[in-house]
Amino acid sequence: MAKTAPVEDWASDFDVMDPEYIADPFNIWDSLRNTCPIAHTNRRGSNWLPTRYADVTAIAHDVGHFSSLEVAVIPFDDDEPEDPVLPYGLPPISADPPLHTWSRRMLLPWFSHRRVEGYEAMTRELCKGLIGTFVDDGEADAATQYAQQIPVRVIAHILGVPNDLSDTFTGWVRDVLEFADDPERRISGMEGLITYFVGEVAQRREQPGDDLLSELLRTEIDGEPIEESVVLGAAALVLIAGVDTTWSAIGSSLWHLATNTEDRVRLNSEPDLMATAIEELLRVYSPVTMARLVKQDVEFAGCPMKRGDRVLMNFPSANRDPEVFEDADKVVLDRAVNRHLAFGSGIHRCAGSNLARMELRVALEEWLSRIPEFRLADPAAVTWAGGQVRGPRTLPVVFP
Amino acid sequence: MKIAIDASKCQGHARCYALVPELFEVDDFGTSSVLGDGTVPPDLEERARLAIANCPEFAIAEVTVPAESTER
Repeated sequence: MAKTAPVEDWASDFDVMDPEYIADPFNIWDSLRNTCPIAHTNRRGSNWLPTRYADVTAIAHDVGHFSSLEVAVIPFDDDEPEDPVLPYGLPPISADPPLHTWSRRMLLPWFSHRRVEGYEAMTRELCKGLIGTFVDDGEADAATQYAQQIPVRVIAHILGVPNDLSDTFTGWVRDVLEFADDPERRISGMEGLITYFVGEVAQRREQPGDDLLSELLRTEIDGEPIEESVVLGAAALVLIAGVDTTWSAIGSSLWHLATNTEDRVRLNSEPDLMATAIEELLRVYSPVTMARLVKQDVEFAGCPMKRGDRVLMNFPSANRDPEVFEDADKVVLDRAVNRHLAFGSGIHRCAGSNLARMELRVALEEWLSRIPEFRLADPAAVTWAGGQVRGPRTLPVVFP
Repeated sequence: MKIAIDASKCQGHARCYALVPELFEVDDFGTSSVLGDGTVPPDLEERARLAIANCPEFAIAEVTVPAESTER
């Protein structure tokens, strides 16, 4: 899969798609934090990789120097044509103010804590149903049969699209994020997604409903309906950002509980710990890295960043910074003070964070209530995806 | 104890609301605000400090009441 040479020096030539980084980035981050806290590479263009909490938050807040116009960790090749259907990409994630500001306000109410409470019952039924399909087998793939199946169906419900297309949606999202290193696959995944939403939008213009897509079509800004390209971009964003990320967090959390008996037993016997446990699992196994584009030459923490360089916002590494977190590499289920950045920091805070937290909590509660004891079937059979979103892709567990 | 939220810093992580719903409210856009004038009943002070310490944006702070104006 990796099309570049193995990494010899992580400080000056890192590669977030290197198999070593995908399998175990934690030691690499620990080493960089102590020796070269902002690493650099010329692979796939000039990219910087901050690893400390202070640097990641400072860059996230400096929207004057660091733009969100290119957030993909794997940049598009220069010879790839600009997408004529999505001139603004996927707003608000790929936008700066002012487009960011109003397109974000358009989406936020759909993911408010009140709305999210309304999605909890269906999420719980969904989890129960999935567990019912394998609980009597004594074994399951906790990634493909469980984690992967949850967020995509909740998002489909919110968008108002049929959830029997879940596997198709999941395939497109994986092509766009997980297999972004393969330009053909990324382009075909994006085309699949957009072609689908173009059809859905046309249908909703005829027959509007009470779903997110219909509401976006009804939204007016300054008395004018919003451009269809913004509707399509926002809808694609909700699907892309809402699927891989949360599924990865659920999968990583189940991996942790499968491999750490003490924590699993404790969470079973002290269910009140769930609230802090969720935040802690999000901190230690933060799935998401996003990119920023340097808008003008700037020296940041001694690094000569040039216009057009990219910065990979290493929120997962920031969350393991010992300057901020005691026992940073350890999962402490009752960690009371946990100012983690799993959902980012600043104006691009994940708009779906309330939903993600609810899905992760309900997925773990339901799993533990039916399958309190489980372990990896074969540690060597676990596979991970990484780069933009880190999480297990196969996670065979047994529960005799 | 009295607390305040800097609305220009709040980005809607909603950690404060999750920790102490008795002290905060969150609007449909995720922005948090303190209920009432931000006065914290003594039995909620410890949790209010947790809310301050868990805000990823450092948007919540304890308000220091000047010594002269002890009357509220």
